[in-house]
Amino acid sequence: MLEISGVSRFFGGLAAVKDVSARFEKGRISAIIGPNGAGKTTLFNLIAGYHPVSSGTIRFEGRDVTGLRPDQMAMNGIARSFQSTSLFDRTSVIDNLIVGHRLRTQSTLLDVILNTRRLREEEELCRARAEEALAFVGLTRIAHRLAGEISQEERKRVAFALALATGPKMLLLDEPAGGVNPDETAGLADLIRKMASSGLTVLLIEHKMDMVMRLADRIVVLDHGEKIADGTPAEVQADPRVIEAYLGADHAAI
Amino acid sequence: MLDPLIGLLYARRRALIALVLASALIFPLTGANSYLIYLVTLSFIMAISALGMNIILGYAGQFNLAHAGFMAIGAYAVGILTVDHRWGFWPAFLMAGPIAALFGFVGGVISLRLKGHFFAIFTLCVGYIIYLVIEKADELTHGTVGIIDIPAPTSIGPFAFDKPIPQYYLVLGFLLVALFLKHRIVSSLLGRAFIAVRNSEDLAQALGINLMRTKLIAFTLSTFYAGIAGGLYAGFVRFIGPAIALEGNTFELVMFILVGGIGTLFGPLLGTIALTILTESLQFLKEFRMVVFGPLLIALVIFFPQGILGYCLQRVAKMRADALGQGAIPPEVAPQDPRHRKPETRDA
Repeated sequence: MLEISGVSRFFGGLAAVKDVSARFEKGRISAIIGPNGAGKTTLFNLIAGYHPVSSGTIRFEGRDVTGLRPDQMAMNGIARSFQSTSLFDRTSVIDNLIVGHRLRTQSTLLDVILNTRRLREEEELCRARAEEALAFVGLTRIAHRLAGEISQEERKRVAFALALATGPKMLLLDEPAGGVNPDETAGLADLIRKMASSGLTVLLIEHKMDMVMRLADRIVVLDHGEKIADGTPAEVQADPRVIEAYLGADHAAI
Repeated sequence: MLDPLIGLLYARRRALIALVLASALIFPLTGANSYLIYLVTLSFIMAISALGMNIILGYAGQFNLAHAGFMAIGAYAVGILTVDHRWGFWPAFLMAGPIAALFGFVGGVISLRLKGHFFAIFTLCVGYIIYLVIEKADELTHGTVGIIDIPAPTSIGPFAFDKPIPQYYLVLGFLLVALFLKHRIVSSLLGRAFIAVRNSEDLAQALGINLMRTKLIAFTLSTFYAGIAGGLYAGFVRFIGPAIALEGNTFELVMFILVGGIGTLFGPLLGTIALTILTESLQFLKEFRMVVFGPLLIALVIFFPQGILGYCLQRVAKMRADALGQGAIPPEVAPQDPRHRKPETRDA
């Protein structure tokens, strides 16, 4: 599905990501973990096209997508969420979501000025997709609430819904459970499983180890920009390099 | 405490718009003196310009400080074509929007590579360059002397536009078309894309929105509006000088937009008219009127940062959300059932 090979990114002389290769298979949940500053978010930004790679290639569904812009990656079916989602707080949740499907529509400025049938149909389509996405994440009841007044956990779900509204094949989730309580974390983990079982490929960054170990089929561990381990949760937990670099004395607790 | 009033006005918004429109239509016939008619006509022209600026500033979130420059380009297009090339007013006027938009497109391609404050500073310079070019290119623009004796809009069929009252209706007509088109633009998927860009460029890109293309459309549209306003200004005031391109005029438009409501459809119009009237009614204070004006503006920005209309719409959105959230509609069935579906709050 997604294959990165030999990807590096240098900021000045600093290697934020160094020669990382990995394959992420369709329908699986994979996680990238690593200490703060290990290069996880940078790797996401490279995959999603926010930074150009310094070297290496990224292939998605067999095609070389290295160097594409973020909006082109979204068109290709890679949707991402952010650590914090900047919603337009003064309007309703559903209004925030409608633009999510814009990328799959064709209407131009001329359609807008003439208010053509195509535009009206596509606006209906976008609204329908937004409602479906909201139903998928279980937030139909808050569709008409102001985005600025919903809880942190609901914001996380709205971020998923936004990504889903783009009609993606793969989701990159940056700290999907950051800043929510344990019960809510479990709920979000269930939602991520539901997304994967609906055929989506999920790649996530997360600091909550218990969640990652239970949720992920496969874990890639980064440290100082380099991949130090890659495997199932059990394999990764047993890997001496991981224990040394990352889990340390806390390993027993996991 | 204002909520019941705002709610009532919002519920009756169609009637309110009809009432405002009716008063705009009968205003010149109420025996208002020609100076007042002149003043309101001029404020309508400035409002068209402000409506355009609001597309790039209020909706797409890019602080373009060259707006007055593009308005000057529209005005000079009409001035040069009519006075130096003996074109009729209308053919020249037809060129005003496209010429300004063409300059806007090219200026946009260059300046939109920058973001945030850098874009604002760069466009401030673009505006000043437009001013300098107009001032220095004597042969094309008549330099500091300006262009005088620009013809007034010529008759279309039985309608002559050489008197203040017909000119008022002409400008009002353009204003209504400008409002109507802007309504279509900002409430469409395209308008939603503008708002997404303003809200967060990173998130907009993650949603597959091409930043450059989207901003460029907003920028070019806004300069088209500026060109139309400039063309009308040339035919109405009939004298233009380089000073109309100065950044002070841009800041005046920004003020109109801020007072009326940034990112709202009618806000710039409301702000333009309200501030024009306020400025006029403080004329007796001469230069001291700024003593009143400044604090008023500061108070407004502190207490109503969204502007007058922006504040009202925010309250309306809140009231609607509360009403819908409290089970006015069975929460779980509402959005799937088209019978219960309410039209979303568009920026009115």
